[in-house]
Amino acid sequence: MSGADDILLKVDNVSLSFGGVRAITDVSFDIRKGEIRAIIGPNGAGKTSMLNVINGFYHPQNGSISFHGQTRARMKPYEAASQGIARTFQNVALFKGMSTLDNILAGRALKMKSSFFWQMFRHGPALAEEIEHRKFCEEIIDFLEIEHIRKAPVGTLPYGLQKRVELGRALAMEPTLLLLDEPMAGMNLEEKQDMSRFIIDVNQHFGTTIALIEHDIGVVMDLSDRIVVLEYGHKIADGNPEEVKSDQKVIDAYLGVAH
Amino acid sequence: MADSRQDSGRSAVEDTFPKLLRMHARVRADRPAFRHKDRGIWQTWTWREVYDNVRAIALGLHKLGVAEGDKVAIVGANRPLLYWSLCAAQMLRATPVPVYADAVADELVHVLANADVKVAAAQDQEQVDKLLSIADRLPTLEHIVYDEDRGLRDYVQPNLSALDDIIEASAKALHSEASLGRSLDELIDAGRADDASIMLYTSGTTGRSKGVVLSAGRSVQAARDTVAFDGLTDRDEQLAYLPLAWVGDHYLNYAQALVAGSCVACPENADTVAQDLREIGPSFYFAPPRVFEAQLTRIMIRMEDASGLKRKMFDHFIGVARKWGEKILNGESVPVLSRLHYALGEFLVYGPLKNVLGYSNIRAAYTAGEAIGGELFSFYRSLGLNLKQLYGQTEAFLYVTAHANGAVRSDTVGPPAPNVDIRIADDGEVQFKSPGQFVAYYKEPEKTAETLTPDGYVKTGDAGFFDADGQLRILDRAKDVGKLKDGTIFAPKYIENKLKFFPNIKEAVAFGDACDFVTVMLNIELTAVGNWAERNNISYASYQELAGHRQVYEMIARHVDEVNASLAQEPRMAGAQIARFLILPKELDADDGELTRTQKVRRGFIAERYEPLVKGLYDGSKIADISTEVTFEDGRKGTISGRVAIVDLTRHGASQGSKAA
Repeated sequence: MSGADDILLKVDNVSLSFGGVRAITDVSFDIRKGEIRAIIGPNGAGKTSMLNVINGFYHPQNGSISFHGQTRARMKPYEAASQGIARTFQNVALFKGMSTLDNILAGRALKMKSSFFWQMFRHGPALAEEIEHRKFCEEIIDFLEIEHIRKAPVGTLPYGLQKRVELGRALAMEPTLLLLDEPMAGMNLEEKQDMSRFIIDVNQHFGTTIALIEHDIGVVMDLSDRIVVLEYGHKIADGNPEEVKSDQKVIDAYLGVAH
Repeated sequence: MADSRQDSGRSAVEDTFPKLLRMHARVRADRPAFRHKDRGIWQTWTWREVYDNVRAIALGLHKLGVAEGDKVAIVGANRPLLYWSLCAAQMLRATPVPVYADAVADELVHVLANADVKVAAAQDQEQVDKLLSIADRLPTLEHIVYDEDRGLRDYVQPNLSALDDIIEASAKALHSEASLGRSLDELIDAGRADDASIMLYTSGTTGRSKGVVLSAGRSVQAARDTVAFDGLTDRDEQLAYLPLAWVGDHYLNYAQALVAGSCVACPENADTVAQDLREIGPSFYFAPPRVFEAQLTRIMIRMEDASGLKRKMFDHFIGVARKWGEKILNGESVPVLSRLHYALGEFLVYGPLKNVLGYSNIRAAYTAGEAIGGELFSFYRSLGLNLKQLYGQTEAFLYVTAHANGAVRSDTVGPPAPNVDIRIADDGEVQFKSPGQFVAYYKEPEKTAETLTPDGYVKTGDAGFFDADGQLRILDRAKDVGKLKDGTIFAPKYIENKLKFFPNIKEAVAFGDACDFVTVMLNIELTAVGNWAERNNISYASYQELAGHRQVYEMIARHVDEVNASLAQEPRMAGAQIARFLILPKELDADDGELTRTQKVRRGFIAERYEPLVKGLYDGSKIADISTEVTFEDGRKGTISGRVAIVDLTRHGASQGSKAA
């Protein structure tokens, strides 16, 4: 198939358990540079756990993960973040009292270089830096078409828009790998279409590699280049949408099977 | 000041918009001409820069083969590049054809095919996609240029280019080859007063829309008259947020701006207009009545949520404004103490309120398009906002009548605008002759002949009359005025407007022509009724559920009853009281063809679509079932079905009408 060069992230024989509960069992797959990779599966299949493993929130008992060809040791989420892995959450996790702009600016925190001293007085290098970051955030605001809520406290926004702001905050980190945990949960048809368009645009415009979890199979089939299917923590299928769609194990997992 | 005298001396010369632009680039080169909020910051272009950009676009369009007499479609929202493309087409003596940005593909096909469009200037990917999807049905369309390149970089279609690239390449070419610039100058000089300056499609309240051809000389002349009428100068500023394809936008934000040399600010996008308005603080403003209405609703809702002290203060000073505000605005004599009282109100309430709405700098504001409620109109005027009405038509290049400062009333649309001649035909139809009058409907000589009288007056199709002090009053579309079976005059719009003046009612559709009695279908206003529901602990999940709620019905029934009471007081209308009504389970929508793009109800279409409901209204049933198709914004279709209650009302006797309320 393809050379090791264009593999961005590789998950090798990862197993994760919480006490006696095995969340993920011996799962391996890879994510290529520039692709949209979907992780699907019925409820409790271990999809979110997988994302948490990738961004360093959970530490698998077995197996290894390599990012950019480097197998990582135990790492913390902020280390993953500084390496270029950003994510959004299943249940929106924004600073509700802060404005859209401030939330997105918060995504730039890791990029701020000026010292605490200058930042305290908002002068010199800190001011120049803030202008740079604001500029970048304005690009994102323009990109996601959320100009009208720039100054609105996010807590007052409808759910669909909050999801978009969260995506904006993740984009502010200029990630190489973007993890989206159910970006379209609870959205109506129109919002889903908007969000799909944004995901494709992010992928093409910024060249960002995207791994997403999504329940709307129609959306997943349309968006993704390749899909990995989990069930009860096991990988049951992996391939392009066509292959996955016709895979008997996947059909059984979703529709149930007569025993 | 010297400048303006110089202008008037030269005024006979500039009879096209490109000539006006060239004049401004010379006379007020460094004054702001356009603003646009981009990436959160207002960007400004001077007249000189705008002129250079328009020339660059014109050269680019010329290279694409646009020549005299060709048509260039403009598809998108109010953005500087689209206004400039429009002017660039005029510079080549081609005719721009702006199109409603939210038109669905089929509507676009009709207009673009009818107009034989050669090149289309589109705003963004969405519009480009739409154009590409119908390109095979538009044999004359050769090329598409676009403004925002987002998502379009990977498109490989050969006949697609970015306006930014065109400007860059052309600016270079113009810089290196002086002959190109000279030939553009010659083209501008060659522009003549009888060139077709623009083609605007009518909203199509009745059937398919027609292309109204307006000539350059007449357009400029009409704009000169009204610029003088309202005293607009190059210090004025306006926010361009109306649809490009609508005559009002082309007149107020393009023609008047190019005549007066005023500055046009384009909003960041359609959703930010309210904020942009506050930041720009325009001096000249136009909004249809529904905008003022929605705004008042929002103000009132927010005041209900304010603290007791603030609410008291607001109520008190609004009372003062009601009493004295309009008189002060009209320059009538008002006692000194009341003036002081009002001044205090201005300081504490009106000033801050106008500031929040972005109205602080407005010298003249207009509203038009439909009737405006007296209460609503007075509210804004009493705050010191110089709100006036005008009556206009695409065929007149907007102005037919307009209120003069100081002589403003809510129930009239004012005396004839400068140099406009109006007469009332024998059948009550309003007819006019105006400086901006249209030349013809494109490719429809029969329709043109139908609309013009032999002696050159334009038939408006509206029924109206002049009242004692020479102001025009409009009743309804002449052909919509019907009769009940008992012979009572039935003016549907008149009844609908009375209903729509209630903040809880968004739309009303009245039936009754050739029937025994009058019935109406209503849409509730979700903002107002939703807020009311919240206050009264009524839970609802959807518009449909709220619309069908028993208590909502009770509230709306009271409103309809009030309308009946007021109809009862008018001898001609007493027989046309509303006998039965229902609340529609779905909001009327232009996407479903129920409203025109200018948000007017298409009564005939609605009657067909909701035929079971109309039947229910007239056969005495208490309940009717409806299942109807809805179109989502992406063009997909779904169905809404529901059971609708129908309410009977007792009509007021003509004599005791005043008591009923």
